[in-house]
Amino acid sequence: MLTKRIIPCLDIKDGRTVKGVQFEGLRDAGDPVALAARYAREGADELVFLDITATNQKRATLIALVRDVARELDIPFTVGGGIGSIADVEALLMNGADKVSINSAGLARPELINELAARFGSQCIVVAADARYNAADGWQVYTRAGTNNTGRNAVDWCREAADRGAGEILLTSMSNDGTKDGFALDITGAVSRAVTIPVIASGGAGSKQDFTNVFQQAQADAGLAASIFHFGEIGIRELKEHLRQDGIPMRL
Amino acid sequence: MEIAVVDYKGGNVQSVLFALERLGVQATLTADHDVLRRADKVLFPGEGEAASAMRELRAQGLHELLPTLTQPFLGICLGMQLLGRHTEEGGGTDMLGILPFDVVRFTAAGPEHKIPHMGWNNLQQLRSPLFEGLQAADFVYFVHSYYAPVGDYTIAEAEYPAPFSAAVQHENFYAVQFHTEKSGPVGTRILENFLKL
Repeated sequence: MLTKRIIPCLDIKDGRTVKGVQFEGLRDAGDPVALAARYAREGADELVFLDITATNQKRATLIALVRDVARELDIPFTVGGGIGSIADVEALLMNGADKVSINSAGLARPELINELAARFGSQCIVVAADARYNAADGWQVYTRAGTNNTGRNAVDWCREAADRGAGEILLTSMSNDGTKDGFALDITGAVSRAVTIPVIASGGAGSKQDFTNVFQQAQADAGLAASIFHFGEIGIRELKEHLRQDGIPMRL
Repeated sequence: MEIAVVDYKGGNVQSVLFALERLGVQATLTADHDVLRRADKVLFPGEGEAASAMRELRAQGLHELLPTLTQPFLGICLGMQLLGRHTEEGGGTDMLGILPFDVVRFTAAGPEHKIPHMGWNNLQQLRSPLFEGLQAADFVYFVHSYYAPVGDYTIAEAEYPAPFSAAVQHENFYAVQFHTEKSGPVGTRILENFLKL
């Protein structure tokens, strides 16, 4: 039976993990390679690396990091953040990334999704959508790290991305991100029902029950979180055991 | 031991090279027919789309060479599907025909069965030295939209939701649908077992 996936997300700046990581037993908590290896040992099903570097050195640093991670890691990982061209994707995949996540560039020029899927296969093209709710317009998609409202309806955009050849949707609720009040069940469920590709839910995880809810009530295929894992608030194994007890298929 | 990985621009070979490196094995990425013929083991990874993979194999004459190889051979993911006769992918594509299966697309069966079949699924009905030391409940990582049905050549199955071939074998040709290079310690063990064949 196919299991639901638990995915820690590491924010990367200049080749280092940021957003704060508090781990015992890691000599250098900012080292993405050491952190990735630790999560893999603890039972993470995949990892996501989100590059938030904003300098010209960006690509070279990121590619070196991807290579270092790929050398060590025996589970799949996705790299996202500022990916805008076939050449960007090729460089990441050539150096060992398993998937890439496209966000702003896909909204700016949706044909890019078709081109990437045709060139590399849908299986490695994740389309990330950052959605925020407001009472007047519902769930809309934002780009450029959440600063720009595209005016696109989140469900419509995810459906279009899937039709254009995305292999997976990474749906982040900006309205829930950082709240620890749980995932956005309504929009996650709506997207999951609208597309036939897997959906990763992101934003708002604060408890083990939040993951149970997003799998049981919103049909998410994977749950992604950052700080609750980085700060050791919830251990990955402990979370997966809890979910299995709730009847959710888990790899343990 | 000489290990060759077939180079036909078939996607993420780097992960396979790194997985071998973690096992202390230095592999050669090559399309050179002599090197491939001479190698003690040949790995044939693949991702992406079958028709363009076949075009590249034909361009390099590999469609004629690969079926003649006699050493232990391991296809991975698309590298497994390409060993079959025909696939529905790309409007219908003829493939290497080393194994007698035809590859078909999963049909969507509701929100619990998305396509691609992506993630960790457990192996069942293990019947090969490739799976020495594994248990039937062990999980491996899959990413695919097309599959080979179960047949006499099947040496492991998985379900999504119906059983399909998770691994196949004919003589020296072994192949796995999952990414053994990305399947944690279970995948590493399968690679080790292959290197011992």
